[in-house]
Amino acid sequence: MFRYIAHRLLIMIPTMLVISFLVFLIIQLPPGDYLTTLIEELRALGEKPDLARIAEMKKEFGLDQPFIVQYANWVFGMLQGDFGFSFEHELPVQDVVGDRFWLSFIVSVATILFIWIVSFPIAIYSATHQYSWGDHGLTFIGFLGLATPNFLLALVMVYFANEWFGTEIGGLMDEKYVGAGWSWGKFLSVLEHLWIPVVVIGTSGTAAMIRRLRANLLDELQKQYVVTGRAKGLPPAKLLLKYPLRMSLNPFIADIGDILPQVISGAVIVSVVLSLPTTGKMLYEALLSQDMYLAGSFLMFLAFLTVIGVLLSDLALAALDPRIRLAGQATK
Amino acid sequence: MSNSKDNQPPQAPEAETGAETGRAGDDGRGMASEPMKHYVSDAPFDPYTVETLTPEQERYYLAGQWKLMWWKLKRHKLAVASGIILLVMYLSIIFSEMIAPYNMLNRDIKHIYAPPQGIHFVHDGKFVGPFTYALKYRLNPQTLKREYVEDRTKISRVRFFCSGQSYEWLGLIKMNFHLVCPGNGGTMFLLGTDRMGRDMLSRIVIGARISLTIGLIGVSISFLLGIVIGGIAGYYGGWVDNIIQRLIEIMRSFPVLPLWMALAAALPVTWSPLLIYFGITMILGLLDWTGLARAVRSKLLALREEDFATAAQLMGAKPKRIIGRHLLPSFMSHLIASATLAIPTMILGETALSFLGLGLRPPLTSWGVLLAEAQNINVVALYPWLMLPVVPVVITVLAFNFLGDGLRDAADPYK
Repeated sequence: MFRYIAHRLLIMIPTMLVISFLVFLIIQLPPGDYLTTLIEELRALGEKPDLARIAEMKKEFGLDQPFIVQYANWVFGMLQGDFGFSFEHELPVQDVVGDRFWLSFIVSVATILFIWIVSFPIAIYSATHQYSWGDHGLTFIGFLGLATPNFLLALVMVYFANEWFGTEIGGLMDEKYVGAGWSWGKFLSVLEHLWIPVVVIGTSGTAAMIRRLRANLLDELQKQYVVTGRAKGLPPAKLLLKYPLRMSLNPFIADIGDILPQVISGAVIVSVVLSLPTTGKMLYEALLSQDMYLAGSFLMFLAFLTVIGVLLSDLALAALDPRIRLAGQATK
Repeated sequence: MSNSKDNQPPQAPEAETGAETGRAGDDGRGMASEPMKHYVSDAPFDPYTVETLTPEQERYYLAGQWKLMWWKLKRHKLAVASGIILLVMYLSIIFSEMIAPYNMLNRDIKHIYAPPQGIHFVHDGKFVGPFTYALKYRLNPQTLKREYVEDRTKISRVRFFCSGQSYEWLGLIKMNFHLVCPGNGGTMFLLGTDRMGRDMLSRIVIGARISLTIGLIGVSISFLLGIVIGGIAGYYGGWVDNIIQRLIEIMRSFPVLPLWMALAAALPVTWSPLLIYFGITMILGLLDWTGLARAVRSKLLALREEDFATAAQLMGAKPKRIIGRHLLPSFMSHLIASATLAIPTMILGETALSFLGLGLRPPLTSWGVLLAEAQNINVVALYPWLMLPVVPVVITVLAFNFLGDGLRDAADPYK
């Protein structure tokens, strides 16, 4: 087990390196940089840009250096906890990001919990009542969840949340708690606002999870040991819960790796729509204004969150089912 | 000679063997009252009788893989229905401008944010055929909402196969033929109008052209990349395979949408809408090949060990021929099924990007661009019909999913 964990941790290093390179490549792709955009904007407004100051800034942030040097500086900076400087906010990136990273984290974790809690009973029902009306209906709703663009779902839900429950539109907490320290009231307020994004982001993941769990459980239910158990007179509930269900639980853990990127993607667009104080909105603005270090750091955060999530799910899976680790070695 | 009912002992060599077995049977029974009647079949001996097939069996066993797939797919009702819906939709994009009752860009400033108009048949207790009532406009002073009421006196009959607003068919030929047009002097906004008084139905019909093709082109790109990269990984194996596998893992572990956003934001603003369109399809395709590459690789690895691959190898076929001629066709069906399942992601991706304003931009019309106008919460409250472009999105995505499911089931016809 220790070797496996060490191996996985070691693999993370090149992974994050490749990701950081891709990220830097992408945020460098737009022609020009923040400063040229700034100059043009100032010119368009009829103001005279302070060229000396801009040249100074250019030098300060190393924007005049070649790509590789800039990249190396950025990566080494990140390793030392310095994520660069946000031009737009005129603050170090870590100060801009601050709470947002944790809020993103909370939303993602809550979404995955939501996916589990909802898909679990539905999948069991669907599998045990295969081809019944309930199964067909639930499958159809699941497909509908997969097919509806979640930003639209977010809009509609915000509208109805406001109509029916009086929850104010957007945000992840009451306005009075914004910027305040963590307290019980703030926590409750976050909970009150959290459910909309969680439901919206979780819908498609839930649909996918239901389908996979249902298929797994159906496979398991057709196996001989189930027939044997039934023949020996095991009560149906026990026959379902004790073995087949446990066997089909693997995707619950294993799929985090697949679902987490989806959840984080969904969180980005939904947070733009709902103007959540998570990373989505800020990433969007940073991308548009070519605030490259901010955008890059956000992308890195998201990637890091995903990689860690996948790692955790793999470790949990390996702990739960030793065969998986063996299988992984056998294919080599 | 071939008369099998003839029981005469013939002179054929079979006669002797037949007689012998007859005798042996007699001995085994011990005391038989009378020797069993001598019987020899004079039918020519055909060792393959067991293997002769009925015509139906023959049809089944001789059918090619694609034919079997087709038969199996036909049994999947939902997949067939979805396929038909998709076929109709894709055919419609050739004739979008004719199907749309209005020119997509036509602005009716008297009918801004008009709600969907109903088609009526009976006026004053008389059957008139399909017609619409005129709309009367009033600004609600409290909500500032534009409200329209039907003017029950003015009717305008819907015309069919008519000449209406002119357009350029496929951007080339100037025409004014429509399948359906509003009556002379009347309006027919079946799905309402947007903030510039443009007919939503026409915009949705024409927006289908971009929304539907973007998925196809994007999937073609990812298909090409997937086959080439997956093929290289599966064929060469070793360290090439290892590197490609790691790369795929990394790309799969990255949330796609932020990457799409970053790439889309990187498209120069100065590009023409058409270039942007191709840029977006490239972006969608470039990040999607990983799933296909993985499928290609694993299939290739498995099939490489099959007997027919070995046989081809022994007969001296070159690797290129083995892959192209023997290996690829045998899992092409799987690939097509996975490609079908990949299209919805792209359609939704385009929709999301355009919704955010990072994708296609207004002179181009896609469902995502249309939905971007529904971004405001007021729209949901006041003008909900602006969200209607989501309906074709959902239908298309559902149809592709069902069709892909059916194809995937049918892809293995020998099971």
